[in-house]
Amino acid sequence: MATVLTIYGLLGLGLIASLVKSREKTAAAFKIAGKALMKTAPSLLTVLGIVGLTLGLLTPDTISRLVGAEAGWVATLTAAVIGAITLIPSIVAFPLAGSLLRAGATVMTISAFVTTLVMVGVVTAPMEIKTLGKKFTLLRNGLGFLAALLIAGIMGVLLK
Amino acid sequence: MKILKTYLAPILIALIFIALTVVWPDAAVRSAQVTWDYFKEMALIMPAIFVLMGLMEIWIPKDKIQQWLGKQSGFRGAALAFVMGTLPTGPLYVAFPMAASLIRKGASITNMILFLGSWAALKIPQLMVEIKFLGLPFTALRFVLTLTALLIIGLVMDKILHKSPDLEWQKSAPDPARMPGIGMGMGMKAGVKPGMKPDMKPGMSTTDQKEKQSDNQT
Repeated sequence: MATVLTIYGLLGLGLIASLVKSREKTAAAFKIAGKALMKTAPSLLTVLGIVGLTLGLLTPDTISRLVGAEAGWVATLTAAVIGAITLIPSIVAFPLAGSLLRAGATVMTISAFVTTLVMVGVVTAPMEIKTLGKKFTLLRNGLGFLAALLIAGIMGVLLK
Repeated sequence: MKILKTYLAPILIALIFIALTVVWPDAAVRSAQVTWDYFKEMALIMPAIFVLMGLMEIWIPKDKIQQWLGKQSGFRGAALAFVMGTLPTGPLYVAFPMAASLIRKGASITNMILFLGSWAALKIPQLMVEIKFLGLPFTALRFVLTLTALLIIGLVMDKILHKSPDLEWQKSAPDPARMPGIGMGMGMKAGVKPGMKPDMKPGMSTTDQKEKQSDNQT
């Protein structure tokens, strides 16, 4: 809800200011918006479909089973990969991470999961490539994944 | 044929959904529910985001973006990118078109990585949930480490993309390409008139223009 309010609040202010200054330019802005929206629509639909599929197949239960109480590198790496692939809303992801932690998963595993979850987006890659380019997307996500593993390692050591 | 090609990926995904309905109906229903929920959210947010982008494209002059978020913007530019990212404004894919538009207007790669990164990883409402379920030490440490990592990734990517720019992306510019030196010929689409080019105001003296151009080079 805060999201919608923020965006529409900004839009309202912007539109009023724009209309006061020039109606023609406001129309031009809408034209640009329409074109950009049409161009991104296919990749947006793709992303929505993949998000649904990954969340439908990888339920919180399945994730718990995969990264559960098993310690060690395999669990951490699995958690990092799952975090990188899925796009889970934080309101679902953090309670899940919290319960996994209490169930015996290591801090390293949980921080790998949380960090790749927010830093790396495999399912949103089609849209990122469309808007920001292949090179940018690969670099951002690749380096983000490496950084997430490093962060997980440091957190695992410091928060023992 | 063109439509088929453009919508190839969504069509493939629809086929996967159909196949899933046959072999594993439970998962298909769950998936469809999630996709529908996200679709509703996007249908509400996305048009507004694109109109905002259009307004930004028309009204905010390139030299201002360069000044606020460009390579020379320093600490203040980084701080601005960070604050823009932490505002409560929806999932990351909302930010991609915004970042793309800002880069074309002269924002630095480092600042945009910071913007996208804090948008995804350091959002204020998200941090609240994180503190509640994973505790303050975990959240604080992750915050500091992530911010550091984003800065390093941003600087590295800036170096790499400067040395070998993504030419394919620059050519495929969806909106008037106004990056210095490229795409000038094809930049006049989408209703933008030549007179609206911010860095070529009619009243500007030639020395001003030269200064502007040398600014662009940096």
